[in-house]
This record gives sequence, structure tokens and C-alpha cells, in this order.
Amino acid sequence: MSKKVKFVQGNEACVEGALYAGVTFFAGYPITPSTEIAEHMAKRLPQIGGKFIQMEDEIASLCAIIGASLTGHKVLTATSGPGFSLMQEALGYAVMAEIPCVIVNVMRGGPSTGIPTHGSQGDVNQARWGTHGDHAIIALTASGHQDVFEVTVTAFNLAETYRTPVILLFDEVVGHMRERLVIPEKGELPLVERLKTSVKEGVDYHPYLPREDGRLPMSDFGGVHRFNVTGLYHDMWGFPSTKPSVVHGLTHHLVDKLENRVNKLAMYKEYFLDDAEYILVSYGSAARSALHLVKDRRFRGERLGLLELQTLWPFPGDIVREKCESARAVIVVELNMGQVMQSVKMAVSDSEKVFLANRIDGVFIAPVDILNILRLIQGKGV
Amino acid sequence: MAIKDYLRERFFPHIWCPGCGHGTVLNGLLRAVEQLGMSRNEIVMVSGIGCSARISGYIDFHTLHTIHGRALAFATGVKMSRPELNLIVPMGDGDALAIGGNHFIHAARRNIDITAIVMNNRIYGMTGGQFSPLSGPDITATTAPFSSIDPSFDVVELSKAAGATFVARTTTYHVKQITDYIKQAILHEGFAVVEILSQCPTHFGRKNKEGSAVDMMKRYKEVTTPIGSKAKQENPDLIERGIFVQKERPEYCKEYEKMVERAMKGR
Repeated sequence: MSKKVKFVQGNEACVEGALYAGVTFFAGYPITPSTEIAEHMAKRLPQIGGKFIQMEDEIASLCAIIGASLTGHKVLTATSGPGFSLMQEALGYAVMAEIPCVIVNVMRGGPSTGIPTHGSQGDVNQARWGTHGDHAIIALTASGHQDVFEVTVTAFNLAETYRTPVILLFDEVVGHMRERLVIPEKGELPLVERLKTSVKEGVDYHPYLPREDGRLPMSDFGGVHRFNVTGLYHDMWGFPSTKPSVVHGLTHHLVDKLENRVNKLAMYKEYFLDDAEYILVSYGSAARSALHLVKDRRFRGERLGLLELQTLWPFPGDIVREKCESARAVIVVELNMGQVMQSVKMAVSDSEKVFLANRIDGVFIAPVDILNILRLIQGKGV
Repeated sequence: MAIKDYLRERFFPHIWCPGCGHGTVLNGLLRAVEQLGMSRNEIVMVSGIGCSARISGYIDFHTLHTIHGRALAFATGVKMSRPELNLIVPMGDGDALAIGGNHFIHAARRNIDITAIVMNNRIYGMTGGQFSPLSGPDITATTAPFSSIDPSFDVVELSKAAGATFVARTTTYHVKQITDYIKQAILHEGFAVVEILSQCPTHFGRKNKEGSAVDMMKRYKEVTTPIGSKAKQENPDLIERGIFVQKERPEYCKEYEKMVERAMKGR
């Protein structure tokens, strides 16, 4: 077997995925339970001639990678809840200025310092609406290390394709769990490289004028095109503008470039959905217990299925509705008070049939926890 | 190259009030760049938020107008990722040392090769005249209607203590010094701070009865003195102008390159 097989933590799987995708710049600040990502990056990046810098806080970390992205690097930072809160303003800047970057949030229990060493999925809505103002965002997640690797590669690809920050919402359980990871051969997974402008030196370059396909070719800082990058509403040169048509157009551009591609951006896995009477919708570590239960019940002849979401934002509402249409009940399994459940309720035609199976006590949800909810819904008692 | 070739005239008129000192800083900065014969393509200007930060829009370099206080953090990412580029970071007093104070001291500590220009008008101008950490006590501002009680930072002392390896101060009255100090700061390898006292007649001058822009500039002549002058000994309240620090210390990106060499040897 020529492939490289490793036995690693999820955080390291993320590092491997980022390196495979071509990351060359990482800035970060230590925080549980994401620290291993910074630690591995500190070791790996200098060995390939890349750059690692430990900044003075998470705000500076995201700012630094945005700066590095502008010189043409693929960039990453990693944090957890409190650090992610600090990053929200710079995240909005990356949205507004359309700077490709990837931000990992290995979720722990919150709010505030919360329960740093235990798993949670409480930052799902923060990823969507944490930064102020109208915008769209991409947030991806995964439940196992092979998927963590692949989703991380996808995050870099989407960041480059749409010139946007992409958030990876992992959780403490996946981040710290160890399991097998097979690192794909070079070329096995597609990689998207930065789209560079073909405009020649001396010809007016418009960094914010989308091509017909909606993409915006970039020019690196230090290159022949000098332009302005700002968090203010700006025209096609990147120069600040308060013109209503410019403000209107840019807001629409930022939202539409992602929201109009919801189905294209939707990554999910489905298990036994074809004839499922009861459907579990889950993601991240919680989906592991959900899948365990589904397989266990299928073995006993119960028609239970699982829809595992990997794209959380933009929320794949059409797909959730279609998959759950004929189910008698839909149970959203997550480690929070029902953040994805809200989106599922909005997506399906009958929100009354959507239920929540959760744990919010820092303890990982077990298959039996989900089974108990299922039995209550079925009227069979626990 | 003529000075005006460094400007993005398409984006004029600028937003600064008549009499604002920031235009003088812009002028001095461009003369420094012109005298050094630098190519526009090798300069990245990173700024934050405020009147001062708008300078980046008007100059035909690679320009990054970022968020409040974080310009040095963005600049650190640009510099680390492309060390051959020259980084110039103009900041206002609030931008550099209130919200951005943490990034300021850490950039100085690292001694990363960035030229930081603190355009100190002792006021938040863009938001309409609130006191800043460089206002000092007994200043009238919209958030200090009964005069301020907040002591001020001394930019020079703070920069020195934090590890900056080039520290200078001058004023908009001393225009030739602006160019001279910025030139030296750009040539200096390491974190360089140039504090320039820059008048805000609209918000600081008006509230504190300092008269017109010209009066305020004349005042800079009166309240400052060269480092170590006899006048300073006689009147300790005078603000010193000049180059306070100019020393060698390992530069961050250079040190990083050495570390990469060690890492590649598998150490």
C-alpha cells in the first residue's frame, strides 16, 4: 500500500487536509480544544518553507492571515468559541473585502469560557450571524477524520472559488478523538488554485468587478496591479463609496454569490433514507452516535435513516425538505439547544414533525439518548 | 517620479477638513518615498480606521484599509508572507494606542520590519471629537465635557519600552523632519515608529481654544524642542523632537528565515 496511513486526532487530520490543499500561512493563538492545530502547523509549515506565526490574540490572528492571503498565500487560522467571538469583526472584513481564508472553530461548550475541555456544537448560528450586517457565509463540518481531511480541502477550494472566508465547524469530540486517516495521493482530490487576473501591467485592473461566471480574478500585493482593499462599501476599484447603487449592488453580490448556489455548496451523506419512516438529521460528532443507532435499528428491521450534513451554511434547505418529505418524524441530533433544528423546521413542509435529540451537559450524546427520544415520539415510552 | 504620480487623483478630493495636519503628513511621506526612489509596487500601506486611515486610499501603492486598531496585525501578515515588500502603517492616536495598543506593543516586541506612523492629533476626529489615550488630562472633548482626567501615553517611551528599534517624533510644523524621519524609518530594518503631532483644528483646536490650523502649527513650534536642548532643561514641559532610538536588533522575518533553515534540516 503506497498511501500514507496515520492514526491521528481530528485536529491533526485538519492540519493534514490543509497542507494537502496547499496552505502556506497560519497565524493563531492557543485555545482549547483547537491548540493542536497550531502546534502541528508550527512544526509542519517551516519544514515546507511556509510561515507560522503565533499572534497576540485571535483578532490579530485572523487579521494576519487576511494580510497573507492578499500576497497570494492559502491561509488558515484555528480557534474555539471565545477566540471565534473575537474574530467576528475581521471575519466580516474578509467577507466584505472578499479575501479567501479558512477559519477553524473546534467548538467547545459556551457561552463565555464555558466548558473548554468538553464537546459542544453551540456555535452553529454564530458562524452564520456572528459578524454584523447582511452577508452570506460558508460553514462546513465533518464527523470523522477522513471527512475532516476532505472537508478541509473543500474549504480551501471554496474559499478560492468564491473569494470568501470559509468556516470549519468541528467540535471537541472530533478534534481530540483519534482514528485512522488515509492521506490521499497528490492529485486524488481536486484543488482549486487562486484565480489570477490576466489583465496586463498598465491596463486598468478592477479587483471587484466580477467576471460573467461571478468569479473575481485577483492580483497579489507586490504584483503589477495596485488597488485598494477596504471594509467600507466600495466600487469596482475597491475605493470607498456611499452611492446607493454601489451599496445595493455589493450587498447583493456578497449574498447572492453563495445563497444562489445553496444546492451546489451542499455537502451531505445519507444512510438508509430511501424507505425511512424516521429520519435523523445530524452533523459533526453527534452524527456518529446517530449513525450507530440507525445501523443498530436497521439490523432489527426498523426503518430509520440518517441525513448527515456537512454543509451547515448556506443551509441546504431544499435538500433537507426533499429528503425528509415522506418521513413520519425528523429528529435533529445535535449538541446544542436546537440550532440546526430551527433551520430544519423552516425547511420542511410540516415543522410539527421535527424533534430534537440533544445533550447540552458536556457529555457526548450516546445512541441510547437518541433512541429514548425516538421511542417517546413513537409513543412507545422510554 | 513626481509626487503627484504617487497619488490616486481619481479619488480626490480627500475627506480631510481644511487645515487638517494629515495632508502635511501625506506630503512628507510621499517626498520620503520619492527621495528613496521606491517603486510603487514594492510598498504596501496598511491602515485602520479614522481620519488618518483614509490616507491609504489616496496613495497609489498596494493599499489595505482595514478595521479599527488592527492595521499592524494585517501588516504583520503581509510582511511575514512577503518579507521583500515595504510596509508602511499610518495610524491615528486612538487607532494605534487605544484599540490597537496590543498590536502596537507586540509588533514592537517582535521588531518586525514595519514603519509605523502615528498621526497624533490627540482626538478622535472622525467620530466628532472624543478624547483619546494621547489627549492627556485637562482637555475638553465631547466625551470629556468637564475636561479629561485620563493621563496620556508617551508614544516614544511606550515604543522604546516595547522594543521598537527606531523611534522618532516631530510635528506638522517641522515638515522637512517628517520626510527625513520617515525616510530613515523606512530604511531602518526593524519596527520603526514615527510620531507626528498633527493638528485637528475642527475638533481639538476648536474645543480647546487653540485657534486656527496655523495657530496650532505655530504652537507646535513653541511647545517642542530638539532632544537634549538647553530649552528642555529650562522648561521640562517642552516636548522633545528628534530620533530617540536607532539601534540594531534581530528582525523578525530574518529570524524566521533562520528558523526555516533549521526546520528544513529536520532539526
